[in-house]
Amino acid sequence: MDGTRSQAVVKPTDSDVDLHIPAQRPELRRGPVPLLAVIAAGGAMGACARYGASLLWPTPADAFPWTTLLVNTTGCAAIGLLMVMITEVRAVHPLVRPFLGTGVLGGYTTFSTYAVDAGRLVDGRRAGMALAYLALTTALALSAVWVTDTAGRSLVERWNGR
Amino acid sequence: MNWLLVILGAMVGAPVRYLTDRAVQARHDMLFPLGTFTVNVVASGVLGLVTGAVLAGAAPTRAGLLVGTGLCGALSTYSTFSYETLRLAQDGARLLAAVNVAGSVLVAFGAAVLGTAVAQAVWG
Repeated sequence: MDGTRSQAVVKPTDSDVDLHIPAQRPELRRGPVPLLAVIAAGGAMGACARYGASLLWPTPADAFPWTTLLVNTTGCAAIGLLMVMITEVRAVHPLVRPFLGTGVLGGYTTFSTYAVDAGRLVDGRRAGMALAYLALTTALALSAVWVTDTAGRSLVERWNGR
Repeated sequence: MNWLLVILGAMVGAPVRYLTDRAVQARHDMLFPLGTFTVNVVASGVLGLVTGAVLAGAAPTRAGLLVGTGLCGALSTYSTFSYETLRLAQDGARLLAAVNVAGSVLVAFGAAVLGTAVAQAVWG
């Protein structure tokens, strides 16, 4: 379970950066400025989308954080599709993953607001709601990435006539 | 101005997640996604601290937008966490996938609560 991985693994486990993937190992050394610039730009765009959602649908203190739940679920659905595109489709520009995956979707989704909001619900004597929020986000986010990964791969297989 | 603070924070947070993740992976070659776990826990603790400071009136609301919404929001990620969990489960490491979910949620929640408690103790 905790052993090291073989070099034969071709699919990344970590969508941000996975040093088991030979192509990703030298990417920082090869061009640190464009790489970090697209991650920063994507991160800003994703964070703005999340901030915009919080302004459009503000969550009152003590209320169920539906907006963050929706943001995290849609972001997880998107990463599933994106990673199918990156792992199954050839000739994707090497900056697409850092820009869209690490930057935009990483900036859009958040684990910190999720954890802090749950803590605030407990503080406000709504421990049951906090537990429901923690569990529901996990369930919906994991279902979303599983569904888009499965659907995306079957689409690619059909496209390739396999 | 508010949007600019979110943008500035995120422009730091997202590259720091990438660099931290790389640094952790370069030092520990393991199946468990320790890099993402680390950034999520650290960001949750810092956001708890900042939220507590803002609630106590010790920090301006704008600090919450810069460090909280921008930096911690972009430093932490749910999309990478869920993708890694899916990959672990599909690659046969189901126990590790479950450990990643339970561990990330519990430890990040604990860090957030601890950060908020420290802020309340110092500035409350």
